[in-house]
Parts: sequence; C-alpha cells; structure tokens
Amino acid sequence: MEKVIAARNLTKEYDGLLAVDHVSFEVNRGEVFGFLGPNGAGKTSTIRMLVGLTEPSEGSALVAGYDIRKEIVEVKRRVGVVTETSNLYDELTAGENLLFASQLYNVPRNERPTRIKELLERFHLTDRRDTKFGKLSRGLKRRVVIAAALVHRPEIIFMDEPTTGLDVVSARSLRKYIEELQKEGTTVFLTTHYIEEADQLADRIALIVKGNIVTVDTPERIKDKVKGTPIVEAILSREPNKLMIKNLGELGSVDLDERRISITTGNVMVALESLIHLAKQEGLEVQHIQTQRPSLEDAFVELTGISAESMMSEKSRGRR
Amino acid sequence: MLMDELRGIYYILMKDLKAYYFKPPNISWGILFPLVLALAFSLRNPEGLIELAPGLVAMAAVFGTTSMEAIVITFERRTGALERLLLAPLSTHSILFAKVLGGAMFGGMISMAMTALAVIFFKMRVTNPLLFSITLCLTLLTLSALGALVAVSVKEVFEAQTLSNYFRFPMIFLSGVFIPVQSIPLPLRFVSYLLPLTYSVDALKGVTLHQTSIGWLMLDTAVLTLFFFGFMYASNAMLKRSLK
Repeated sequence: MEKVIAARNLTKEYDGLLAVDHVSFEVNRGEVFGFLGPNGAGKTSTIRMLVGLTEPSEGSALVAGYDIRKEIVEVKRRVGVVTETSNLYDELTAGENLLFASQLYNVPRNERPTRIKELLERFHLTDRRDTKFGKLSRGLKRRVVIAAALVHRPEIIFMDEPTTGLDVVSARSLRKYIEELQKEGTTVFLTTHYIEEADQLADRIALIVKGNIVTVDTPERIKDKVKGTPIVEAILSREPNKLMIKNLGELGSVDLDERRISITTGNVMVALESLIHLAKQEGLEVQHIQTQRPSLEDAFVELTGISAESMMSEKSRGRR
Repeated sequence: MLMDELRGIYYILMKDLKAYYFKPPNISWGILFPLVLALAFSLRNPEGLIELAPGLVAMAAVFGTTSMEAIVITFERRTGALERLLLAPLSTHSILFAKVLGGAMFGGMISMAMTALAVIFFKMRVTNPLLFSITLCLTLLTLSALGALVAVSVKEVFEAQTLSNYFRFPMIFLSGVFIPVQSIPLPLRFVSYLLPLTYSVDALKGVTLHQTSIGWLMLDTAVLTLFFFGFMYASNAMLKRSLK
C-alpha cells in the first residue's frame, strides 16, 4: 500500500502545553482515515501541522511525498482542506468563491468554468451560484467549502470536524459526499468526535486522547480488541440446569439471569449451535436468540478510559 | 515558481479590491475625506495653502492606506478567511504583499483625489510627474506596509485602529505636514527622523515646491525604500510567529 501521509514523532507545544505528543502514523492512498477523539485531544493541531498552518515543535511528516518542514508549498498544492469553520468570503458569491479558489490553486484558466460548473452541480449548488456566501445556510456553506477544497483535484483532502454543527439531513448528505470521494480514489483524512461517523466512514481509525494516539486500526479490529468480544444471548422457556451451564461454560463465560442466558465467546457460530443443540437435548424451547458485538463506542471507552457520556456531551456541545 | 507567486498576488489583490475596497461606501469616503480636508484648511487659512498641499497629499496617503487595510487584515484573521490564503500554495511574503498592494491602491485613490484638489484649488504644481509618481507610490507602499505590520500584530479590529492611531497622529504632527521639521524642538526632531512620513513629505515638497534638492530627494526615496522592506520583513516575521 502506498503511504500518502507518514507522520513521525509529530509534536506540538503551545506555551508549555503539549497538544500533540510525539504521534506517529501512516495513511494509505485512497483510504478514509479517521482521527477520533474528544475536543482538545490534538486532532486539529495535527491537521494544522500537516497542512502548513502551524509548524511542528518536534518531529516531521511526509504528505504526498513532500516534507512539511521543507516543502510546504508543494504539500499545499496537493492537498485540499476543509477547516472546522466555513471560512470563505461572505462578500463573494458561491461561484466567485470557487473561482477565487481555482485561481489561487492555479487551475488552468480554460478549465475553470467547467470545473466550477461540475462542482456546483455535484454539490447541488447550481441555483446558489450567485448567492453571497454570507447569505447561505450553514449546511450550504459547508458544501461550498468542500467544493472549494476540491477545485484543484487534490490527492488528499483534510476534513476537520466537517459535520459539526450541521442538522441531521446536511450531515448525512455530507457523509455521502465523503463516501463518493473515496470511491473516486481521493484520500480523506477526517477528524471527528462523532464515534458513529468514524465507524461509518473510516477504513482505519486513530484514537487520539490528550495528544497521544492510543491505537490505529480498522473499526472492526478496534472493536475486537476490547475484552468480552461477541455475546450470544438467548431467552429459554425455563431456567437451564447446571450441566448445561457447565457445558456452555467451555465456550466462554456464561451469565444466567433466570431464563436469560448470555455467553461471551470468541466463536459465535459454535456457541449458537451448541446452545440450540443443548437446549433441544434438555427439552427447552429457545424463545429468543441474538448476538451482540461490542460497539466502537464500547471499544473507545475501554481503550481510552473516556466515558461515553463525556463523548455525548462533546457531541451536544458540537451540535450547538 | 515566481510566476505562480505573482499570479497569486494578483488574484488576492483583485479579490480584496472587489470584496472590500471598491464598495460604494468606501469609494464615497475616499472622495469625501480629501474634499473635507481641503475645504477645512482652505477656510481656516486661505493663504499659504500651496505650502500645505504636499503635506495634505501625504496625510491623505496615511489615512487612505492604513484605515481600510488594518480592518481588512484583522477582519480576515477573525473570520478565518486569512487562514484560507495561508492554505494556498503561496509564500507568506506574497500574501502580505498582496494585502499591502490593496491598501496602497486604496490610499492611492484617495491621494490622487487630494492631489487633483490641490492642483485645481490650491494651485499646487507637479513639476516632475514621474518623480511625483515614484515618490507617491513609495509613500503608499511604505505606509501600507506599516498598516500591515500593525494589523498582523493585533487580534481585533478595534485594536488595529487604536494601534494605528499611535503612529498616525504623531506622524501628522512631527513629519512636516503642518510644521516644518526644522521648526520642531530638537528632542522631538529626532523622533521626526524615525518616521517614514517625514521623508515622504520632504520628497513630495521637493517635486511640487522645489524645496528639496535632487540629492535629498534621492536620500528620501532610499530611506522610504528601507522603511518599506523593514516593515515588510517585520510583518512577515509577525505573521510567521503567529503560525508557530
């Protein structure tokens, strides 16, 4: 796999406070890489270093093959950035903002009208082309900002909390755009504090807390890392006998609550088969059966020690 | 590479002129300001206006360059729009130079209006239009670079305005706009020589009133050039420091 971002000991210190603490990670070409963590975890500081908005205090990174310390202008040519705030020009229309972005990124003059038309259509902004940016709704502004970041067809797009503050419909359509970008082969570096967003969109996720990366892996593997793994849960017609519980105990840990039995196991299929077989042998009816896997939220809580409630409060703060 | 930077400067300048400077209220202020200034002085002191004219042109340049530019830069910093420029594949020097050019062009518009009024009503004579243009351009660029330095040193628009006044008003009184530098008491005269406007007024007097020899004129332009590069260097260093 070709690496398009390779960070080595990237560190950022603000007035003695360590915002990013010697983080190292790699991002593969064409993947959606999620940077998941609560507010103040160091997500934005990491992005700002990678795109040249701030200098690292220590360490370095290669972005699109260029050193962020020595060749930042080359890096900037190859990346698009969607910042946390929609920071285009209120006084210019949506179309003029896209034109200005295409001029700044040196899109060939003859390609500009087609590219702008294409982006306006893609983000359903054609009828807002001549509306001043300042007059657009938050969701529409976000779309224009993403369109502006894509105007020069960047290899990598950095998105810093792109759905924060958006209503459900706008956030959902934005996630759809991110999926489309990935299908086209664009590498997406996405920071978010929405666990379900990272789970839905990211091929791999880095969990970052207090400037440190706790783990980097696929969402599935991160879920597998937490102890307990999958649970098979069944409701039987009556309480099972001790022998049955002992036999099921060989497959994993068993919890019994009257007629409700839960088996935490590494092998779901074997547990399911054994449970049904033993119940039949004992003359028990299986009234309900289901399997449960630990969610990414469970994994996040276990790996980072941050409670789901505190992430939820981050979430509601972000929505305001 | 150089072409990319020049293109970037041009597009940022065009965007700034469209989005901020050439708005109807700014244009009307740009015309009204020198008109009111000229009228006020002609009513107060109808005699000796020709002596005052170069100073009034310099004063128009001071307010024209620094007022809007400081607002534009600090406003863009607050809204995050300046960050958008910093994300573009351009050096910070080019971004700042584009901003300085915007301020200089707006100041140029006001100074030219003042010059026209001075020529028509005060009978000021621009004896060497080429030297006058060079002097005025250097003045505008230097003062605009000073405006940029002020703007990148602060966070809020009102701070930029307050800080600008710390430079603007002493410059008006100590740079020979109203009182010749030679008449200023000695300790304050040293301050005068530290102000770029002193050299602008001296040079403008030279190309309109023939009060300055060609040697002094050359010295004035050399000092103004030094001030310009000094302010640009300091502004860039301040901007870069904010990125650390």
